[in-house]
Amino acid sequence: MTTMAPASTPVALRRNVELTVDGEPVTVPEGSTILEACRAQGIEVPTLCYLETLAPVNVCRVCVVELEGSRALVPSCSRPVAAGMVVHTASERVRTSRRMVLELLASSVDLSTADGDVHRWIDEYGARPERHGPSAPPGDRDHAHAGHHEPPEVGLAATVAQVVKRDNDQYVRDYSKCILCYKCVEACGEEAQNTFAIAVAGRGFDARISTELDVALPDSACVYCGNCIAVCPTGALMFVSEHDLRAQGEWDEDRQEVTRTVCPYCGVGCNLELHVQDNRIVKVTSPLDHDVTSGNLCVKGRFGFEFAQGGG
Amino acid sequence: MDLRTPEAPPTAEERFAVDSVLGPPESGWFGGERTPLDGHVALGGLAKARSRRHLLLPALHAVQEQVGWISLAALGYLCERLDLAPAEAYGVASAYALFTFEPAPPVVVHVCDDVACRAACGGDPTEELAARHGPPGSGTTVTWRPSPCLGHCEHGSAALVQKAGAGGGRASLAPFTAGDMDRLVALGPQVELEDLPVPLALVPQAGAEGSQLRLLRRVGRLDPSSLDAYRAAGGYEGLRRALEMGPSGVIAELEEAKLLGRGGAAFPTGAKWAAVARNPVRPHYFVANADESEPGTFKDRVLLDHDPYALLEALTIAGVTTGAEKGFVYLRGEYPVAAARLEHAAAEARNRGLLGSDVMGSGLRFDLEVRRGAGAYIAGEETALFNSLEGRRPEPRNKPPFPVDRGLFEKPTGVNNVETLLSVLEVLAMGAAAYARQGTPDSTGTRLFCLSGCVARPGLYEVPMGTTLGSLLGLAGGVAEGRSLRAVLLGGAAGSFVGPEDMDLPLSFEGVRAAGTTLGSGVVVVLDDTVDMTAFVGRVARFFRDESCGQCVPCRVGTQRQEEVLGRLVAGRPLGSVGDELALLADLDQVLRDASICGLGQTASSVVTSALRRGLLGNGALSGNGRQP
Repeated sequence: MTTMAPASTPVALRRNVELTVDGEPVTVPEGSTILEACRAQGIEVPTLCYLETLAPVNVCRVCVVELEGSRALVPSCSRPVAAGMVVHTASERVRTSRRMVLELLASSVDLSTADGDVHRWIDEYGARPERHGPSAPPGDRDHAHAGHHEPPEVGLAATVAQVVKRDNDQYVRDYSKCILCYKCVEACGEEAQNTFAIAVAGRGFDARISTELDVALPDSACVYCGNCIAVCPTGALMFVSEHDLRAQGEWDEDRQEVTRTVCPYCGVGCNLELHVQDNRIVKVTSPLDHDVTSGNLCVKGRFGFEFAQGGG
Repeated sequence: MDLRTPEAPPTAEERFAVDSVLGPPESGWFGGERTPLDGHVALGGLAKARSRRHLLLPALHAVQEQVGWISLAALGYLCERLDLAPAEAYGVASAYALFTFEPAPPVVVHVCDDVACRAACGGDPTEELAARHGPPGSGTTVTWRPSPCLGHCEHGSAALVQKAGAGGGRASLAPFTAGDMDRLVALGPQVELEDLPVPLALVPQAGAEGSQLRLLRRVGRLDPSSLDAYRAAGGYEGLRRALEMGPSGVIAELEEAKLLGRGGAAFPTGAKWAAVARNPVRPHYFVANADESEPGTFKDRVLLDHDPYALLEALTIAGVTTGAEKGFVYLRGEYPVAAARLEHAAAEARNRGLLGSDVMGSGLRFDLEVRRGAGAYIAGEETALFNSLEGRRPEPRNKPPFPVDRGLFEKPTGVNNVETLLSVLEVLAMGAAAYARQGTPDSTGTRLFCLSGCVARPGLYEVPMGTTLGSLLGLAGGVAEGRSLRAVLLGGAAGSFVGPEDMDLPLSFEGVRAAGTTLGSGVVVVLDDTVDMTAFVGRVARFFRDESCGQCVPCRVGTQRQEEVLGRLVAGRPLGSVGDELALLADLDQVLRDASICGLGQTASSVVTSALRRGLLGNGALSGNGRQP
């Protein structure tokens, strides 16, 4: 009903801003980020810690671009556009920093279950993680004391490798795969769940995602909503079902069917995507762009599916 | 948020420590004893509890000092009091080197093994200690740990003694020898911190004929506890003048004096104050950054140990000028003497109406708090400092927005370091024109330099901006024992090397910029031909690996990798050719400088790159052609 619509929506009030990206003029609404301006132009900018549904933390630095007049490169995911900005996304400086960020991560983190794009970028940017040397053996990262460390044996490259944490029936935490993108902390905290069961602890190369003093999840504030799993870009956080199938070499997305349905538990209307392999539900997600969930679910929607396969 | 805290109750000692900062709990819902009645009443107060999150760090200090470590139960109780998630509190606490989470001996001695002390002894100052008292962490009642720079560089060796329990706290020992450690071990928990000698400040120019010290003129000449002595020496005349001139007058004076910040970025102080003053958002805050942790820097310690009222006066001037009614002094946690003297001075100033609701009878309100850091170099970065004050992880924020728009508690905030604030006093005392006549046209005034290492008379020196490196070294008597100069580390771990051929280098902002180096925090570590340069540079690489906050990938992993490459080069075991390794260092240098979030990462490769370029590593066999900045 047109009479119900406000005279002008906030979107209509947003002025347009013109800037230059890679030599081409681009016009985007005021308040957009450089990343959005690049995407509007069809320019691919790699991102790791960025997610549309979370406030940008700009920590991975893979999305950096060169902004004329700025001494250092700037993170495109969080920098708002300003009129007259001149941005370069493919200069030598940009390519070097992106290559090095990818190389530093690939040399220290197990990216075997990361999004496919990550591997494509590693190739495209020519990152060579092997030049940092063979990996040092896994260490006890949970007790690292800020400001102190033992350097690895000469010739070996320190990594974040450590024992998989499996302390509950719902999901495992394999922090050997953690790139410290902060997404799980955001999702667990004020961006989605408001549970605050995990935070970044320690500092420097020893920084890690942790509960208080590394207590097991059942002793923590975790409510098993799994919203951390939903935002994890590397598979560090994973359903037990997926983890075990992978361990058995049985995980096969080609054999999986994804069925979209509505959660049967309450009346909110969350959409579920049931990932089914061999007639068993192996994972539950929710579409990121669903206006009820933004990808988030509660413990029932996320993990309460055993009844559907006779296990309830 | 439904708070879930650990079930184990705190010990009486832990409760006492937390309550000493937060006061007794208001009800069973906030850490007090639960009575059946608590189940039948509804209380508000969550917002109030959360609004005290900024007391997290002081409360963690209290537990650490009382008990010697922070248990899960103590953390849980603290979180109940502040309505804070324990995971978040642990994330904050575990980012600081001075907090521990496992039972520790009651006496822990942190021994400096950083660049200045290395240069002074030619090697690793902890080697003898390890030989006599075992590796770090050994010992049941007294143990030792290596520490980054403790800010006593002029003594060439230093330790910070931490004692838990009654009579506990921290005390500095400088100089510090293996013999001192023997005595501490013999005393065990019986050691009385008050009995340990208070380290002296070395200010060789003081009392020298013809010396025209400004910033240092009161150091060692006044009783630092006496407000009367400070006032008799002209103290608080600057505040009187500032109140007469009004904010616009003070700012105009600073602009005319062309005072630039002494923190490294050389930002015009007047412009910064003006930006805070005219910001319509209220309240405003002003912060004195006394978290000096740059290896080789000890100027704040000397000034605050011996002239604490000067900082309080300058901060009060900053407050009344920028419209801030609340100020903070963020002091590094390794300076127990300065902490005590500042607290005492603040109490005295409050008693005399120089702080409070009617500053010097002006009707203006300004008060301040002294807050201590807990062992984190990164907390000296201004936005990480705000996070630290707010009880969050000391991680730098993205800029923009800049502090003058959104700083402490998201409000417009001015922040200056100690030397800058004390220079404001000189501008007001001398008048802008006279002040600007000192130094060079673009770098006005005097500057403090921290001379340490292989120098005949180490100490804190004050010279006009633009003084050459050669004359500064001459003032300090040149290289110790007449040995030959190999290099000078200028600006600290974030600085770079200059050599014997640079004696004509003018120590001004424009002079060092033209030479591609930096004054940084005024560090001048003198290195002679006996210093093991490879180990020295390796220590800097380790420093950044240990002090990175870990937030961004370039710094978190890059500082780790930089230390590793250096280790391989030093061991003569390069991966591939030496050229491959130097190319890798150059790549690390570029990603650190270009893509790190803050100044720590952006300068983390500076010393390594500089050492390679000057052929200081591997007896000159290793020389990189790292890209010029």
